[in-house]
Amino acid sequence: MSTEDQISTDVNLTRRKVLTGATGVVGAIGAGFMLVPFVGSWMPSERAKAAGAPVNADISQLQPGQMLTVSWRGKPVWVVRRTPEMLKILAENVTDLLDPDSDESLQPDYSKNTFRSINEEFLVVVGICTHLGCAPLYRPAVGSPDMQEGWQGGFFCPCHGSSFDLAGRVAKSVPAPTNLEIPPYHFVSDSIVRVGEDPVEEGVV
Amino acid sequence: MSNQTNESPSGKSSLLGWFDERYPVSSTWNKHVGEYYAPKNFNFWYFFGSLALIVLVNQIVTGIWLTMSYQPSGELAFSSVEYIMRDVEWGWLLRYLHSTGASAFFIVIYLHMMRALLYGSYKKPRELVWIIGMLLFLVLMAEAFMGYLLPWGQMSFWGAQVIISLFGAIPVIGPDLALWIRGDFVISEVTLNRFFALHVIALPLVLVILVFMHLVALHHVGSNNPDGVEIKKLKDNNGIPLDGIRFHPYYSVKDAMGAVFFFILFALVLFYAPEGGGYFIEAPNFEPANPLKTPDHIVPVWYFTPFYAILRAIPDKFLGVVAMGAAVVILFAMPWLDRCKVKSIRYRGNSYKVLLTILVISFFVLGFLGTQPSTPLYTKLAQIFTALYFMFFLVLPFTSANEKTKPVPERVT
Repeated sequence: MSTEDQISTDVNLTRRKVLTGATGVVGAIGAGFMLVPFVGSWMPSERAKAAGAPVNADISQLQPGQMLTVSWRGKPVWVVRRTPEMLKILAENVTDLLDPDSDESLQPDYSKNTFRSINEEFLVVVGICTHLGCAPLYRPAVGSPDMQEGWQGGFFCPCHGSSFDLAGRVAKSVPAPTNLEIPPYHFVSDSIVRVGEDPVEEGVV
Repeated sequence: MSNQTNESPSGKSSLLGWFDERYPVSSTWNKHVGEYYAPKNFNFWYFFGSLALIVLVNQIVTGIWLTMSYQPSGELAFSSVEYIMRDVEWGWLLRYLHSTGASAFFIVIYLHMMRALLYGSYKKPRELVWIIGMLLFLVLMAEAFMGYLLPWGQMSFWGAQVIISLFGAIPVIGPDLALWIRGDFVISEVTLNRFFALHVIALPLVLVILVFMHLVALHHVGSNNPDGVEIKKLKDNNGIPLDGIRFHPYYSVKDAMGAVFFFILFALVLFYAPEGGGYFIEAPNFEPANPLKTPDHIVPVWYFTPFYAILRAIPDKFLGVVAMGAAVVILFAMPWLDRCKVKSIRYRGNSYKVLLTILVISFFVLGFLGTQPSTPLYTKLAQIFTALYFMFFLVLPFTSANEKTKPVPERVT
């Protein structure tokens, strides 16, 4: 019997299949692990993560009804000084709101109240629409001319027509699903708000 | 075959013969050009395949030249585009060729797809030609979207912000997915860098490979025609389709004529209205990206507006995203949604003609609405035409199953 015949008769096809299959599976797992660095490389870098330092906003010059914007983690954060009339409207108009108690929305516990703030006079809120991330427009006046009829003052997102009141609470039947996000913040003094840092235990104003 | 004769299979000159023995030069040429038999009755609608190829070449060549002067960094991106426009020799022309080319690409592709809907070019045996074409359309949309971020203007920034936030609407994994795509907590230079890499390397490679596969698939099954008749059924004694003519010179010359007309129209836009009246390059994009301020009125470039209008029409974040995605993806199923055996609209029943008209009107109306600010009236209209758009795909399987068709001729007319 020649060597060639020997090989052809001795071939164990089952063993060959098992070995091929096992090699394929191990290879596929290896290839899967090779994806980890490529996929992981797209996550925020350490530098991007470190850029979240708190920022101070000077509110000493802010007049009632005015808004100022600070940049925190690259996002706009608004500080609005609300007038007593505005607060009155906010307390009364709760029927047209999707999430009046902010149960589905993002905010620190100390801002989960009617006016969504530590000090009801000042609203501190992330100025990014919870729909698709545009920066809404500030339209504080009741019946602002470029707004719909019955406008009670608030924020209007020009991108897709979502509206929020002056506590950042979202209206019913607009695309945005939740209220505007309230960042962690606290009052360092009467004139300084620090955005990006929770209040220290005793230091709550 | 003997090496001494250096005869190629086609008996060509000895140099070509030398190559043919080592590389399939003649046979490839003949299969795809010289002896590719296409139906003899191609009309106006058959210009757009070759035009798409011409625009692709334009985008690649001008894109490479733009890369030589562009800086993909948050600090320099906007000013490097201004530098290209003002200081680089011929930079304005290269940039306008590229930006106008992007809009031309979509015009050509939409007409190319319309041709398929008119003459049933997606039907058996061309399902894979259609599916590869749809993949091309998807990749082209991604390519255009990522390219629009690169000038780093206001509309670049906020358009990307909105579209990436779309992924955040997916339940459970959404927010992390959006973070992963951005590579930062907001759109930043990190996002710009990776979009640049994808726009200039990754997606163009995929596009070119898919175009190759699209053509291989097409040349394997053969071209459809305005009569929807399979020309391969009737062949002469040499096995050549009776109604077929060689692609070269017959259609290469016809396509060259189409290209000349296309170049005239393209040049008119390029030199007289390169911004396309604010539709090709939008006004807010002449302002550098500002993460703290959204332009009053955000609109995508015109070619995305029909899908954008569908997104805005649905008053629910996640369902809006689903509807927008579905509006594109449902086209993949066309070969199976349309159950009518007759291919060409020339011999199809009234139901398909009515449905297709409604689809085209809906597409145009949605395209207009997507460019407008959202008002209660426009939102209502967008909802109506979104419903009509989807109605085409939902009703078609029922009407096409027993459509009253006209007799299809044996040969092309």
